Amino acid sequence: MLTIATGNKAVAAAVKQVSPEVIAAYPITPQTEIVEQIAEYVTNGELKSQYIPVESEHSAMAACIGASITGARTFTATSSHGLLYMHEMVNWAAGGRLPIVMANVNRALGPGWNIWAEHTDSMQERDTGWLQVYVSTVQEAYDTTLMAFRIAEHNDVLLPVMVNLDGFSLSHINQSLETVDLGDFIPPLRLPHAIDVKNPRGYGPLTGPEDYFKFRWDIERSMRDSVKVIESIENEFFRRFGRSYGFTDDYQCEDADVVVVSMGTLGKEAEVSIDLLRKEGIKAGSMRIRWLRPFPKLDLKGRDVVVIDRDYSFGYGGILAEAVRSTCRAEPYSVIAGLGGQEVTYDDIAGFIRGRRPGEESWFGVTPDV
Amino acid sequence: MTEIPKEEYLFKCTSACAGCSSSLVLRYVLKAAGPDTVLVMPACCTSVIQGIYPNTAMNVPVYNVAFAAAAACASGMSAAFRAAKKSTNVIVYAGDGGTVDIGIQALSGAFERRTDFLYICYDNEAYGNTGMQRSGATPTGARTTTTPGGKPDTKKDIDRIVEAHDPPYMATACSAYPHDLFKKVTKALSIRGPKFIHVLAPCPPGWRYPTEQTVEMGKLAVKTGMWVLFEREYGKVTINGPSRAAMIKPLPVEEYLGPQGRFKGISREAVDALVSLARRNAKRLSLEEEGVC
Repeated sequence: MLTIATGNKAVAAAVKQVSPEVIAAYPITPQTEIVEQIAEYVTNGELKSQYIPVESEHSAMAACIGASITGARTFTATSSHGLLYMHEMVNWAAGGRLPIVMANVNRALGPGWNIWAEHTDSMQERDTGWLQVYVSTVQEAYDTTLMAFRIAEHNDVLLPVMVNLDGFSLSHINQSLETVDLGDFIPPLRLPHAIDVKNPRGYGPLTGPEDYFKFRWDIERSMRDSVKVIESIENEFFRRFGRSYGFTDDYQCEDADVVVVSMGTLGKEAEVSIDLLRKEGIKAGSMRIRWLRPFPKLDLKGRDVVVIDRDYSFGYGGILAEAVRSTCRAEPYSVIAGLGGQEVTYDDIAGFIRGRRPGEESWFGVTPDV
Repeated sequence: MTEIPKEEYLFKCTSACAGCSSSLVLRYVLKAAGPDTVLVMPACCTSVIQGIYPNTAMNVPVYNVAFAAAAACASGMSAAFRAAKKSTNVIVYAGDGGTVDIGIQALSGAFERRTDFLYICYDNEAYGNTGMQRSGATPTGARTTTTPGGKPDTKKDIDRIVEAHDPPYMATACSAYPHDLFKKVTKALSIRGPKFIHVLAPCPPGWRYPTEQTVEMGKLAVKTGMWVLFEREYGKVTINGPSRAAMIKPLPVEEYLGPQGRFKGISREAVDALVSLARRNAKRLSLEEEGVC
């Protein structure tokens, strides 16, 4: 069915169709619309989930963990400070091998208080063992949320998945949305290690130095295996519903001399910049990273690379630029842009590409008087 | 006398300290709960007592969870079980630190949301697992590794905090009165909604008394009136037998404090503070039981 929805409402619509047994969430701007919509669905009977209105994000993830280990399908949503407040439990969910799906509406961190888009929040959860995907349109938010459940729950993965969408510039933007008839795309969840009182086991007990690393390696092994699972679920989604996205969303990259690498809505904006530059005779392309974990293999050989980071690791650099630098042996021009919702237009992005200085870093908008 | 089942759900030869009363508590809790039970456990002494992977000392599933998260984890678990039409008992088994300090927010939230579960706080009045640092439940005057001069502050009254959530059932218990504990756990699990049982669990290495006196120490806590056994069922208070006797004629408090190394050198003022707090609590409970307030 074709409709109009915000990014937040698209996520809620997908969750309604998947119908997790338990949803536990705490409201935070700009994610609120997701939990409000879900609460509405539950109240009017459209969604049969147990909805737990917890008192904090730490408890939201803890409740999802408690539900998930019984074999129930679970969902939560958060943003920014909420994500960081649940950080301990974010680790616990992955370590417990629980296929929880969470939408994170990317937002800057205080102080000062800032409710606008930035990726530093989810970047700080980069090493927790969650799969992370970043979306750029309302349709992609919906489709990816649906796929996230299948990927998380696959027996070769059994890791949680975080679907990231930019605060306001996607969460609150209305675009067209084609919802699908799911059919049997989301089968019942069978968690192999679900609690069974007839076969009592200890979950997460003291684990000594002779065993602990094996569990860590098992997470990494599943993270590596998830690459094939993501491909196969994307293929199935394409066969059933006619849309696919890939690990990266490449736009005019085939013959490009220069490629701009980014994530989220800026990646969509970059496509307009590419059209502009192509008209000027500059052979530019855009590569929007969708899956940050597992990090994809990027083909950037022999081209200039511009990386836009909507995040920063103080004392080190742009986090995405560093990933590109280390995995592609590239010397990208690293641009830090869009922090805390800073406006970045397609003209600005075209400017980054025209004025690129390989190997250097530039903070957009920072002048000597800042 | 209540028939206590012979089935054991806590196996022998755990890594508990000699004379550990919290292991006794768990033993009777599990006997009352039976096999259709899941324990949710934050970091606490029992995290160690359960054994090291791949072993477990418990014959029910145990879900270990982060320190502050037990009650919230139980919320999710209970919701999932009830959605699946399962009546499995969800029991949080947490120490005093995990309850009155770091876990209090999750505890409050779970009770406010009427989570169907039983929360058991076994109270050894300090962070025992990490070597006896003070907690909010440490009584005035007690020496811990972080209050080497004796705790200047008062023991946090978690029972009154829980009571403010108006749960259908809450009670106190003590490891030295296993039948009383067994009956309370059984009763709690027969009621739907959030239930709370606060169990005093004397700790030989932490309180510094000889291991063989662990049962006696619990009895002295009750007989001196320093620990009151009561139930609050749908708001109605009942003071239980041993405490009723202690209220009429309590043993001198020195009999309880004297054998404990943690109270060595305690000031007269601190003793008075402990006694006056205990008497005030007892009086309040008596008045409530009589329906006066």
